[in-house]
Amino acid sequence: MRAMRRTGHANRGSSRCVLAIATLFGGSAFVPPVAAAQERPPGVSITLEYEAGKRIAIMVLPIAGASGDSIKTIIQRDLDYSDRFQHVPAISAPAPGQPINYALMARAGAAGVVQAQLLPSGWLRVLFHDVTGKKVLSQGDFPLPTAVNTDGWRMGVHAVSDQIEAWVSGQKGIAASRIAFTRDDRVWVVDSDGASARAVTPRGMSPGWHPSGRFLVYHVLDEDRHRLVVTDVVTGAQRSLTNEKGSLDNSPAVSPDGKSVVFSRSVEATASAQDLFVMPFDGGRPVRISVARGSINGTPSWSADGRRVAFQSDRSGRSEIYIADADGTNVTLLTADAFGERNLRTNPTWSPDGRLLAYSSMIGGTMQILTINLRDRTVRQLTSEGNNKAPSFAPDGRHIVFSSTRGGTEQLWIVDVESGRPRQLVRGGSVSRLPEWSPRLTNTP
Amino acid sequence: MTRVSRFAIMLLALPLALGACKKKPVPLTPEPMAPVTPVNPPPTTPTAAPAFDDAAVRRAVEAARATLTQAIYYDYDSDVLRDDARATLDEKLRVLNANPSARLRIEGHTDERGSDEYNLALGRRRADQAKRYLADRGIDASRVETMSFGRERPAVSGSNEEAWAQNRRGEFQIVAGGTDLKAP
Repeated sequence: MRAMRRTGHANRGSSRCVLAIATLFGGSAFVPPVAAAQERPPGVSITLEYEAGKRIAIMVLPIAGASGDSIKTIIQRDLDYSDRFQHVPAISAPAPGQPINYALMARAGAAGVVQAQLLPSGWLRVLFHDVTGKKVLSQGDFPLPTAVNTDGWRMGVHAVSDQIEAWVSGQKGIAASRIAFTRDDRVWVVDSDGASARAVTPRGMSPGWHPSGRFLVYHVLDEDRHRLVVTDVVTGAQRSLTNEKGSLDNSPAVSPDGKSVVFSRSVEATASAQDLFVMPFDGGRPVRISVARGSINGTPSWSADGRRVAFQSDRSGRSEIYIADADGTNVTLLTADAFGERNLRTNPTWSPDGRLLAYSSMIGGTMQILTINLRDRTVRQLTSEGNNKAPSFAPDGRHIVFSSTRGGTEQLWIVDVESGRPRQLVRGGSVSRLPEWSPRLTNTP
Repeated sequence: MTRVSRFAIMLLALPLALGACKKKPVPLTPEPMAPVTPVNPPPTTPTAAPAFDDAAVRRAVEAARATLTQAIYYDYDSDVLRDDARATLDEKLRVLNANPSARLRIEGHTDERGSDEYNLALGRRRADQAKRYLADRGIDASRVETMSFGRERPAVSGSNEEAWAQNRRGEFQIVAGGTDLKAP
């Protein structure tokens, strides 16, 4: 049994305790302890009912047509990456017009079957079969751009995967999303499955997404100032948001309603302090919402309802995580000083349901990703290998993207909060860091 | 040296100092001071001025430039000025006092550890500490800008203490008055 580490306050309830303990060692599977101390490895479920710690077995039948293989591969990978499903190798599809042989599917271990067909219009017709129930659970026709293997086409296929997940679990998947990040002093974006990494700005770092998924706010390091810029990821058009000589403007984040940008800015020219400021996304005067008195306040993150901001502050002497209302009032300390340790807690990211904040913390000399439950202050450690920084929650509230040096150089990784399973997002290429997960992208090209 | 001959040396040293400026070719313009005769090639008659050493003047000017742009280094997670940093800053003070029009930008840098955004702020704290040291010793604050690059512009690559120590630094750029530095 792998050693498990639990930090923070006492848990309530043994069953919650069971689900709440997770320690990740790079690449290893998570072993959830059952309350009665009897172990089961992560299992595959042969029904469509959700069970914690189990992945639902799905078979994706071969898809006829020139792009059928590509579509099948993407859907299989998306279902796998969701960490809710286990892809079962496909057996041959029935001939057109012939019914599914549910007994055969059950023997092959599938709980659900995806049967897709490219229509003459280019759209994809998808039937999702419940094997145990021996019936079609759901179906739909999905538009796909005619140009195959383009960014828009891939997002169209990802939208199919996300809908399949919604049919089974009630919640849409996150395959149709992107991650923005920093590489080689430029802002890049990559699809959620690691495909199509590309630079989208000539310079810049530390991107934040507009809720439409169309714009990125980031900052640029000039030799005499740091300033905020907005870029349109579709057209490449750029707009200056701030531009003051001597100012250090960084870590911009757009509010969930798209109207405001919160960021960190230097104040008091000789006191080296940083405060949080809020300004309209369309441009205007920044308004200060924190009072530094010589401290560094930064890396702000909005709550999903836009009413609160989590941020780091070293006002106590060490950088900790605080939460305030969006106007800066009602500041509360979330994390506590570790006894005597040179600690540093920073880069909070809010889960979409508001339950958790993830953040990075210096522990024993290295940076690790932790989550804290906002209701009972339970802390979980999600990483332990290498230096892990700058976490960002996915729209499903279950996956977190972050940078890690566990493989050598700093690269982007994703971890599933529920199972602890890690996945390297981007392979190869130079150092990639400061990632930010986009909203679900439904209509963005 | 007499006042006049020293003045003549300054004029003659002008093209040498300009030639030593590597940033870009600077056209020779007259100093905005009292009207003077145009610069001539060095006199060949030894009685016109006492013997002087082109190379020595040039070296002195370059030494002044090097002193101004010499980097200083910091300890981990700290913006405190070490003794070696103070010594370097004291040398800069002398050159700054001899060159009232010289202006600097101090750029703070960090190693790669910890939070990237926090490092931007730490770099600025480092630069501000150096600026405060100079300002406390008579240099007008308007002559010194500060900036930070955090961990974004490492001097050396590597994930070990040797590389980190070289990256935790304050760099000094001459942003004005650097084309005709006088040695202190």
